[in-house]
Amino acid sequence: MNTPRFTLALFAMLAVGIPAAGLAHAFLDHAVPAVGSTVAAAPKEVRLYFSEAVEPLFSGAELATAEGQAIATAPVTVAPGDGAQLILPLPPLHPGKYRVRWHVVSVDTHRTEGDFTFEIRP
Amino acid sequence: MYPLRSAALVAVPLAAALASIDPHPAAAHGFAGDRFFPATLLTDDPFVADELSLPTFTRDPTAADGTQTFDFDFDLSKRLTPDLGVTLSQGWQHLKAPGIPGVTGLTGFSAELDYQLFTDGPHEATALVGLASSWAHTGRVQALGADDFTTLSPLVNFGKGFGDLPETLPWLRPIAVTGNLSLDFPTKTQSNGDPHPNNVNYGFALEYSLEYLQHHVKDIGLGAPFDRMIPIVEASFSTGLNRDAGGQTVGTIQPGIIWAGQYVQIGAEAIIPVNRASGHGIGAMVQLHFYLDDIFPNSIGRPLFSR
Repeated sequence: MNTPRFTLALFAMLAVGIPAAGLAHAFLDHAVPAVGSTVAAAPKEVRLYFSEAVEPLFSGAELATAEGQAIATAPVTVAPGDGAQLILPLPPLHPGKYRVRWHVVSVDTHRTEGDFTFEIRP
Repeated sequence: MYPLRSAALVAVPLAAALASIDPHPAAAHGFAGDRFFPATLLTDDPFVADELSLPTFTRDPTAADGTQTFDFDFDLSKRLTPDLGVTLSQGWQHLKAPGIPGVTGLTGFSAELDYQLFTDGPHEATALVGLASSWAHTGRVQALGADDFTTLSPLVNFGKGFGDLPETLPWLRPIAVTGNLSLDFPTKTQSNGDPHPNNVNYGFALEYSLEYLQHHVKDIGLGAPFDRMIPIVEASFSTGLNRDAGGQTVGTIQPGIIWAGQYVQIGAEAIIPVNRASGHGIGAMVQLHFYLDDIFPNSIGRPLFSR
């Protein structure tokens, strides 16, 4: 086997294969309110920014208290014009700690999930 | 009992058991719940995947006799089903011994069959069992010391993230550990008077995921590329059990860092031998690693057979 030619051929195949548009696992890039943050006023929504566009039908987010008690919210939506951004509308919230749990399926069907907390200052 | 037979007594039922177990959905690419496990450079991963390491370049610590080696390795992991995967590996080496012209060539072919035992998302835990094999006469035996015998090694690999620790310990939650345990069954007891012992191999990787810290615990303002970095310390040891090698241990400890992107990851580690028998001086290892399931999600990045 000619090792250098074999290696170059594999590199070429991989370089061609890497898509120009995002098609990989969707990682959370950042959120508003920020992960683990404390905010002064109750937010009206949580915005989740992902590294890849997600499939709205198979993606979602839920809100709970820090103790795990579910809080009803309006349905999650994808931001207009940005398939990588989810919006979770929030009901009026009291001061305290809250947990956001998200799960998304990127457009190439890879599933990822995660959770984080934020706190509303008294 | 001849070692091949004793190995086969373990390997054949294991392979049959693996093939007969009903597969269930598994997360590829090293996910267990919120936790992303990167592909480690030294120790085996606790998940089946569609990934390619090309290349892994290693400058080993200088051997006790002064020999210096440079390795260029290739590893391809492919899922057959969502839970059953194979890994094929081939190495190429340049060896320079004192007073002797340098030698280059293939170091030997190895193959591994793995079955994903479980993946527990809430506890960020995952484990697999498998059978590794290094094949006889697939490298330069005389010039590079490649094996003239096949070795079969049943193995278990596991991973555990600590994201389920209490919220009161936020700075510990990005920690994860992976570990390996395997037992070597060489198919020859000796070659030209050199004994081939049974070895027990064990290792671990201790990881601190800045990606987990930034995206699951607390946004501390890390931007690219730091929000995808994982500082890591790996350690791997092999202890002989018999045939003049009883109790003899060799191994390395490798501190380093991995950057995990969307399609590739890059890793670099220093190699520190644990004793004189493991070499002296500091070596180094760098690796370029491709996530085939992300690069080719609709073709070779998928399991060959899936429901």
